[in-house]
Amino acid sequence: MNEIAIHLENVSKHFSYFDLKNINLALPTGQIMGFVGANGAGKSTTIRIIMGLMQADSGTATVLGQTMPKFQTQIKHHVGYSSEEMKLYAGKNLGWHMAFIKSIYPGWDDNYAKELLQRFDLNLEQKIKQFSKGQHIKAQLLLVLARKPKLLVLDEPTTGLDPVARQEVNNELALILKDEERTVLFSSHNTADVEKISDQITFIDRGAIIDTNDKESFLENWRRIQVELPSDQPMVPTGNIVQIEQDGRLAAVISNQFCPSILEAYQQQNIKVIAVENMSLEEIFLANVNHRRQAKIVGAKS
Amino acid sequence: MYLQIMNQIKQKVMVGDWQAGFHLPSIREMASVTGVSVITVKRAYSELELEGVIVTQQGRGSFIAESATVGSDLKLSELDEKLKQVVYSARQLGLSFDETKERMNQVILNISGNEQ
Repeated sequence: MNEIAIHLENVSKHFSYFDLKNINLALPTGQIMGFVGANGAGKSTTIRIIMGLMQADSGTATVLGQTMPKFQTQIKHHVGYSSEEMKLYAGKNLGWHMAFIKSIYPGWDDNYAKELLQRFDLNLEQKIKQFSKGQHIKAQLLLVLARKPKLLVLDEPTTGLDPVARQEVNNELALILKDEERTVLFSSHNTADVEKISDQITFIDRGAIIDTNDKESFLENWRRIQVELPSDQPMVPTGNIVQIEQDGRLAAVISNQFCPSILEAYQQQNIKVIAVENMSLEEIFLANVNHRRQAKIVGAKS
Repeated sequence: MYLQIMNQIKQKVMVGDWQAGFHLPSIREMASVTGVSVITVKRAYSELELEGVIVTQQGRGSFIAESATVGSDLKLSELDEKLKQVVYSARQLGLSFDETKERMNQVILNISGNEQ
């Protein structure tokens, strides 16, 4: 058993208008990683390299112990991949697709497939071309989930789904949590989907990974501190402060390495701490992106 | 997020759904049922163990602690949390601790006056 299901080392890929820069990523077996980035950040490109659908210019990609894309055929049975770009045959129905996938993949589980059919509220007889966008996405997921692959790579599995369908999909992903051998990498620009279910979170922006950690550490390390300053002079950033929003004598300070000593330091500077707030993953993501894009701390004055 | 899981478990104990000795779902089962990541549930379980709400036995799983007072202890610590918020709010308004106590006394006097 490999301890690391997905391992990218210094992976780079150049395009005319976009560069994937030095991607390092390690996803341990049995964990769920949420891969978060804005549209065009490089999520799908990274995923294509992981799946062996694209060759990196430099660096190495190892998936389930095999070098990609060289040995991709060896692991195909154990990897399930779904992306919006993948199309089912419009003229065939879902039942045909299920029989087709079953004939290729020995891991196919008929009972699980039936359960999914019910829970996703899909019809076997209905032709794919009559499917709505949501049904199409759910059908794809059904086909990949019922194979019970060891590694699931899902590119934006919930994008374009209505809230009900999104919940159905998220519930199915939650069921995978029960199995400690199964690993999931899923990308999303929706942090709410990622926040609950993921063990690991990786943020990507403009072709580079800007932060990666386990989710609890993210939530633990980031804090917003509301303070009252002794004067309306611009606040001087100290320590692990990534953002300051100041308005007169009030300021909101964001730290990515919060510890109580920050508060003690403020007290000594005569800065009154009004509140210390937890941040949602979305707020952390945005602060992270802004911080990296500016590449330096800016005491924004409004 | 682990705090939410902790609170849910504590609430189960407080209302008596889960009594002393109750065998908790495994971390993975709990994660799967709540749709919350394994790492979060792990954290919640270990914090609850530190607080003495649950005990974990290697290879057997986690159980609600045998301490009979656990229910009322939890209720009191929940109350303390609320009182803490009151103290913080008072501090934000610039009240000293003594002033905060004084206001608290006034509120209690008002309530007891109304009830008599």
